Amino acid sequence: MQSGLIPLHMLPLGSEGKVKDLTAMGNARRRMLDLGLILDTVVEAIAKSPSGDPTAYQIRGAVIALRSEEAGKILVEPV
Amino acid sequence: MGLTYQSTGTGALKEMFQVRADPSKDVVVALAGNPNTGKSTVFNSLTGLKQHTGNWPGKTVTNAQGSFSYGNKDFVLVDLPGTYSLMSNSVEEEVARDFICFGKPDATVVVADATCLERNLNLVLQILEITDRVVVCVNLMDEAKRKQIGIDLDKLSEVLGIPVVGTNARDGVGLKELKDAIYNISLGTAEANPLRIKYGNPIEKAIAMLEPCIVSLVGDRINSRWAALRLIDGDKTIRDSLDRYLGFSLADAQEPASLLENIRKTMEANGITTDELRDKIVSEIVRFAEDTADSVVTFMNKHYNDLDRKIDRVLTSKTLGIPIMIGLLGFVFWLTMQGADYPSQLLAAGLFRIEERLSGLFMSHGLPGWLHDILILGCYRTVAWVVSVMLPPMAIFFPLFTMLEDLGYLPRVAFNLDNFFKRACAHGKQALTMCMGFGCNAAGIIACRIIDSPRERLIATITNNYVPCNGRFPTLIALATIFIAHSAGAFSSLAAALSVLGTVILGIVITLAVSRMLSKTILKGLPSCFTLELPPYRKPQVGRILVRSLLDRTLFVLGRAVTIAAPAGLLIWVMANVNIGDMSLLDHGASLLQPVGYMLGMDGYILMAFILGFPANEIVMPIIIMSYMAADAMLELDSLIALRELLVANGWTWLTAVCTMLFSLNHFPCGTTLMTISKETQSWKWTLVSFLTPTLTGVLICFIVAQSVRMLGLA
Repeated sequence: MQSGLIPLHMLPLGSEGKVKDLTAMGNARRRMLDLGLILDTVVEAIAKSPSGDPTAYQIRGAVIALRSEEAGKILVEPV
Repeated sequence: MGLTYQSTGTGALKEMFQVRADPSKDVVVALAGNPNTGKSTVFNSLTGLKQHTGNWPGKTVTNAQGSFSYGNKDFVLVDLPGTYSLMSNSVEEEVARDFICFGKPDATVVVADATCLERNLNLVLQILEITDRVVVCVNLMDEAKRKQIGIDLDKLSEVLGIPVVGTNARDGVGLKELKDAIYNISLGTAEANPLRIKYGNPIEKAIAMLEPCIVSLVGDRINSRWAALRLIDGDKTIRDSLDRYLGFSLADAQEPASLLENIRKTMEANGITTDELRDKIVSEIVRFAEDTADSVVTFMNKHYNDLDRKIDRVLTSKTLGIPIMIGLLGFVFWLTMQGADYPSQLLAAGLFRIEERLSGLFMSHGLPGWLHDILILGCYRTVAWVVSVMLPPMAIFFPLFTMLEDLGYLPRVAFNLDNFFKRACAHGKQALTMCMGFGCNAAGIIACRIIDSPRERLIATITNNYVPCNGRFPTLIALATIFIAHSAGAFSSLAAALSVLGTVILGIVITLAVSRMLSKTILKGLPSCFTLELPPYRKPQVGRILVRSLLDRTLFVLGRAVTIAAPAGLLIWVMANVNIGDMSLLDHGASLLQPVGYMLGMDGYILMAFILGFPANEIVMPIIIMSYMAADAMLELDSLIALRELLVANGWTWLTAVCTMLFSLNHFPCGTTLMTISKETQSWKWTLVSFLTPTLTGVLICFIVAQSVRMLGLA
């Protein structure tokens, strides 16, 4: 992992991160790209489910909930 | 599929996609769009009641078609599944992609959400790569206005090179312009000059190499640039679709195969792997959507989403999220019970007055007594009971529920509950299928289609029956009111609501437990990839909800119940009145079942009612009542107090009521639901599992409850 990058699910609520890398492969990777999670996309963590997972993220104007398993495969640089 | 289609175009439209159109004169229009964009509202507003729904051939994906006339032409509108993309390989996306690509509609309308244009442009751009004949319908313009989002439609049209129409389909705004645009594009009276996305050097070079060879092989049967791009991308499912529709393998044909091999080598020499190539292709579209949105959308209020976020913070909060959810559900039940009570009595009184009239008519015409008994005491009475008990609660419950759906609350339920489902190794969207199950389990089973992973879809299917449907609610409500609320005095309807709520929560707990058990045994596996969109909250359209939920849901479910109740009433009357020896058929059956019924805290008649109620859960209570009344003189049953007296006279205690409620929650799915399960799973094995799992749960729970209560001497 490059220095300064954290997996998306570690991004604190209310803060933003810039997508720098996807570690998912195949279909899961395609799905993430389709959500608009390409290089340098800014993502904001906006809400956690009552039990702490999944987390809702603001991605390109849409609010998408991801489980920590998926969000963990998205590496972001906190903004 | 062993079938190959030698032709595309209009002949193929009918064969492959079962489009109900006359190719010689009808204009075929596809309707695409992201979920939650009001696509179905657009579909409904355009086609009105001229609709037909079925399945896509060989796929468990709903296929809705409708028609409308405009100008001097007849249009057939094909509603494609709502998708965000055409490249993520879900079944819905495959269906939508294949129809646009191989069905060759005369025009494709892409419905986009004005409040979230950038995300929606992704699909628009992907479709533009396949076909030139596209109309973009930017819907929900009123929501955008409310959020102070400005959209320059003319500029968007200029950038994309195709017609763009702003609509507000809920109020019918912009529909004429939309029809106009569809007319012009599909009949070629307007010239479109659609945009082509450029992919940068290595990819464009590769396309230039491959495209001429594709043109020479397939002519204009498919878009050659798009096909070239997909072959370079190496997407397996698109290859399969291409092979199927073309009737030969394009990628394996000699020339393209050697070209593709060359391209692959060149890419590798330049250090571009297959994954990177795909990333580049997808990223290009996403970036273009971003640039386009930046140039046509203006946010006059940067905080346009703040209210939604505030509501979300409450509805999904750590401390309040789940209590609010349970509270809302309880409130819906309470309103339903409270509101249904009086109209129910009124309906019952009215229907029984009609019964007297009918009886009078029979007598005055000198018709035989047995005919009167079968038709009036058998059929009519059962139907009257079903109508008076079911109609009022449904007429309240369904609109309330549709309101929550329209508001956008249901995805929040899935969000709140997802972690529980994850721990059960199941899918978070299972919560949504359960919500549908409250209306009707068969509908819940069909809703399981939204779950992509087959394993998780099966879990959701098998456990859907643990959610009590509308046919079972009346039983639960009646018993809770009679036996539990009866002792609660002034708080009776609250107590009844709470006990029904408790039953529902128990059902959810059982769902999670059984889901987990299935995941650890016969349906082993890990949770699949999960993404869930939380769409913006929307103001529900109250008038529309009333009409839609009454027509689509209430009357539909009631109609089904009545058509089953009438013949069932007849059969049961016959069973209760045909004697063998000194006992009726019903009594024989009941006495046979008595030992098992007693063991489970019920009696033989109740168990018999559940078995005879297999066609529809709605008639379980009427059967119980009828079997008891057959023994007594026929009494008028026009109130819950009379019902209580009847049940108590036949040996019911609170334990009987509790066990009947528990068994109602946990027993085999009704006939319709099982048929749906067998259709959806295409497997008698999973249908059998779906039959046995809830039944065994019910037997086990009732046995434990009955035996322990009796051992403790509580009842």
